[in-house]
Amino acid sequence: MSVNKSLLIPLVVFTVLVAVLASGFRLEDPHYLPSELIEKPFPEFHLSDLHQPDRVLSKADLTGKVSLANVWATWCPNCLIEHPELMRISRDENISIYGINYNDDSEKAVRWLERNKNPYEFNIVDDKGTLAIDLGVYGAPETFVIDAAGVIQYRVVGPVTRAVWDSKILPVVELLRENAAGSSK
Amino acid sequence: MIAELGHFSLILALGLSICLAVLPALGVYKGQSSLMQLSGSLAAGLFVFILFSFVCLVDAFLSDDFSVSYVARNSNSALPIQYKISAVWGAHEGSFLLWSLIMATWTLAVSIFSSGLTLDMRARVLSVLGFLSVGFILFILLTSNPFDRSLPVFPVDGADLNPLLQDFGLIVHPPMLYMGYVGFAVPFAFAIATLTSGRLDAAWARWSRPWTNLAWAFLTLGITLGSWWAYYELGWGGWWFWDAVENASFMPWLVGTALIHSLAATEKRGVFKSWTVLLAIFAFSFSLLGAFIVRSGVLTSVHAFAVDPERGMYILAFLVVVIGGSLLLYAVKATGIKSDAGFDWTSRETMLLTNNMLLIVATAAVLLGTIYPILYEALSDGKKISVGPPYFNTIFVPIVLVLFIAMALSPSSRWRKTPTVKYVAEQALPLLGSMLFVALCLYFFAASFEWIVVPIVSISAWIFVNLVRDLFAKVRNKKNKFVSLFRQPLSYYGMLFGHVGIAVALTGVCLTVYYSEEKDVRMMPGDVIHLAGYDFEFRGIKKVKGPNYLADQAEVVVKRGGAIIITLHPEKRFYQAAGNMMTEADMDAGIFRDLYVALGEPVGDTAWAVRIQYKPFVRWVWFGGLFIAIGGFVTVLDRRYRMAKQKVAESIGNSGVAV
Repeated sequence: MSVNKSLLIPLVVFTVLVAVLASGFRLEDPHYLPSELIEKPFPEFHLSDLHQPDRVLSKADLTGKVSLANVWATWCPNCLIEHPELMRISRDENISIYGINYNDDSEKAVRWLERNKNPYEFNIVDDKGTLAIDLGVYGAPETFVIDAAGVIQYRVVGPVTRAVWDSKILPVVELLRENAAGSSK
Repeated sequence: MIAELGHFSLILALGLSICLAVLPALGVYKGQSSLMQLSGSLAAGLFVFILFSFVCLVDAFLSDDFSVSYVARNSNSALPIQYKISAVWGAHEGSFLLWSLIMATWTLAVSIFSSGLTLDMRARVLSVLGFLSVGFILFILLTSNPFDRSLPVFPVDGADLNPLLQDFGLIVHPPMLYMGYVGFAVPFAFAIATLTSGRLDAAWARWSRPWTNLAWAFLTLGITLGSWWAYYELGWGGWWFWDAVENASFMPWLVGTALIHSLAATEKRGVFKSWTVLLAIFAFSFSLLGAFIVRSGVLTSVHAFAVDPERGMYILAFLVVVIGGSLLLYAVKATGIKSDAGFDWTSRETMLLTNNMLLIVATAAVLLGTIYPILYEALSDGKKISVGPPYFNTIFVPIVLVLFIAMALSPSSRWRKTPTVKYVAEQALPLLGSMLFVALCLYFFAASFEWIVVPIVSISAWIFVNLVRDLFAKVRNKKNKFVSLFRQPLSYYGMLFGHVGIAVALTGVCLTVYYSEEKDVRMMPGDVIHLAGYDFEFRGIKKVKGPNYLADQAEVVVKRGGAIIITLHPEKRFYQAAGNMMTEADMDAGIFRDLYVALGEPVGDTAWAVRIQYKPFVRWVWFGGLFIAIGGFVTVLDRRYRMAKQKVAESIGNSGVAV
């Protein structure tokens, strides 16, 4: 039987699409970072501070202690959902949270923080998304656990909830602090 | 016990769906009419058993059976009864059971309303639908059983339904959306049946049209409800986010829109036959792709269900079988199809072709933006990226604006060939008139004059004027002009409604984007804020207790020129069971503007952060959606399709039962 070749085009396109979709699978839980990306140093950057546009922030501002870096934006509904938990962490847990305001309008972001309160020690303005690209951000929100040397030790994609904090982030933070205390003795 | 009955009933439904997929097809292959005739009773049985299974799950929710893990995860004894029912489809497992129930409902509907079809065609169609049911039910039983128990230890009370989902919009949004998604299985089944039978004529288009319109109308309604829900429930006044899951519902809608237009051309003029079949396959493929995106976890989103790679793998395999199989069938069988008629480049056929091309390009743009993160990650060795609203707005908006211009031009175009010079001259006046009208309206009524609004809203007005003109042109030569205004075929009114709906929605989108005003302020009791001519007075906060939450409720009095317009009560709710905070905005809805007040956090002793928004014409976005959906429903009722059924039956009957 003769087959008109142009009729095969949809099938070929579909095959490519399936290949793309299949590559999206990571057999571990897709909400957490593939292991090869952990233990990479936090990328270098020079970006301004959301509340003090004259101040230039860099990687040095994030290092020195175990901390969290949270990628967020006003256009991201899940950021609003995780916000109360970030507020709780900043209030009840002894850890700094740095905000990375991603692909956003700074004016809107400032207002958003006024309205919902500000859990962040400071906010990095990443309006072009350059830092987010270096970080390999998949979508807001994302949260990185950074150790005192400025190395990414853990990453959460999606909202931080109480359960995520208790079962995923806190154990990592405690482990990092223990290790730091052990090595300084 | 009830849960086990539900599970057992679902297994029986699987058995019946396998029979439905195999037996009628076998009957067609062997030419045995007794086997083909089984399709009707099998479809009915399938429906009954899935319905029973679904009712069992509803019962587990109503009786607070927390030994069933799905119930424990998504319900709570204090949950109000309407949300206990909607919680049934509040998460992955139950929502897929609803999906399968809807699939069985469509299958039953096809078997009941197919008296006009020949026996073998009916058997082919129902067999394809049965095959799809096999895939869906097997998926539930293998990877997502909602009836699983956690015995012997089970929670005393449930974890509660996500407060975002405790809302009227979320009771009705998923069923409507699924009616649309799954409804595209019907034209898909017709397309496959036609391809396998080798009788690719205009008859199948006539048959598919009402089903396609019905599914598409439901999908329109589902998307509109979703957008409306996001607006009032997420608490910040947005209505479309280009979220991966919104895109997953939007892509089948775009292709479905192309399909209903292309079906019209195929039915009326016998053109684009092979293309229309392909679109029918595409529309359902995008529904399945949507299911994959939502449930596999390859993309994160607001809507993401509990993700599980195993489920994703299953759906991907199912996609390969269904879509890959049907595209292969298409490649083999769609050769040698010829159009019945030629057409000139100025014809209505060209218009419809333009419509189709633009819709497909728009779909491709949305698809690319949606799956680009996966593609990028694969090509860049694990780097990740996300695509936000800026991409979609930049790419999508110009395409649809061109589409809308084509839409304004189309109603008064003619089949085969439109007299060009006269036609162009006829367009100049309505277009200029629309622009003048819009410019004057803006000048007199708008707070500021935004130039960009003029051409965009003018397109809406132009679409509207041309539709009205077309309607009057239809009655110009009639004796009783007034009566014949109401005597047009229903499908024509459907088209009017649909196109007016688009014009209304476009106006709403444009005006609300360019003229919305908002203020985020700190308010003490007694403070007054002035916005867009209204005064908002904050009277203070009181504690309110709901069935399963506690709330701080504000009282905001809205005045205009000293007269009280309304008192709004936005809330900040705390849901005890899961410890979630929720903002419940309150609004004064109006045809020309919404006043929207959302409560932020307390700042200081008596002061609160408050967000006040003035959103002009925002309701038009959903009015438009509603109009479009009504257009779809009205078209289905057209008498022509009932008569057409008989005609199709004759024409197919005459050609004999070819196997």
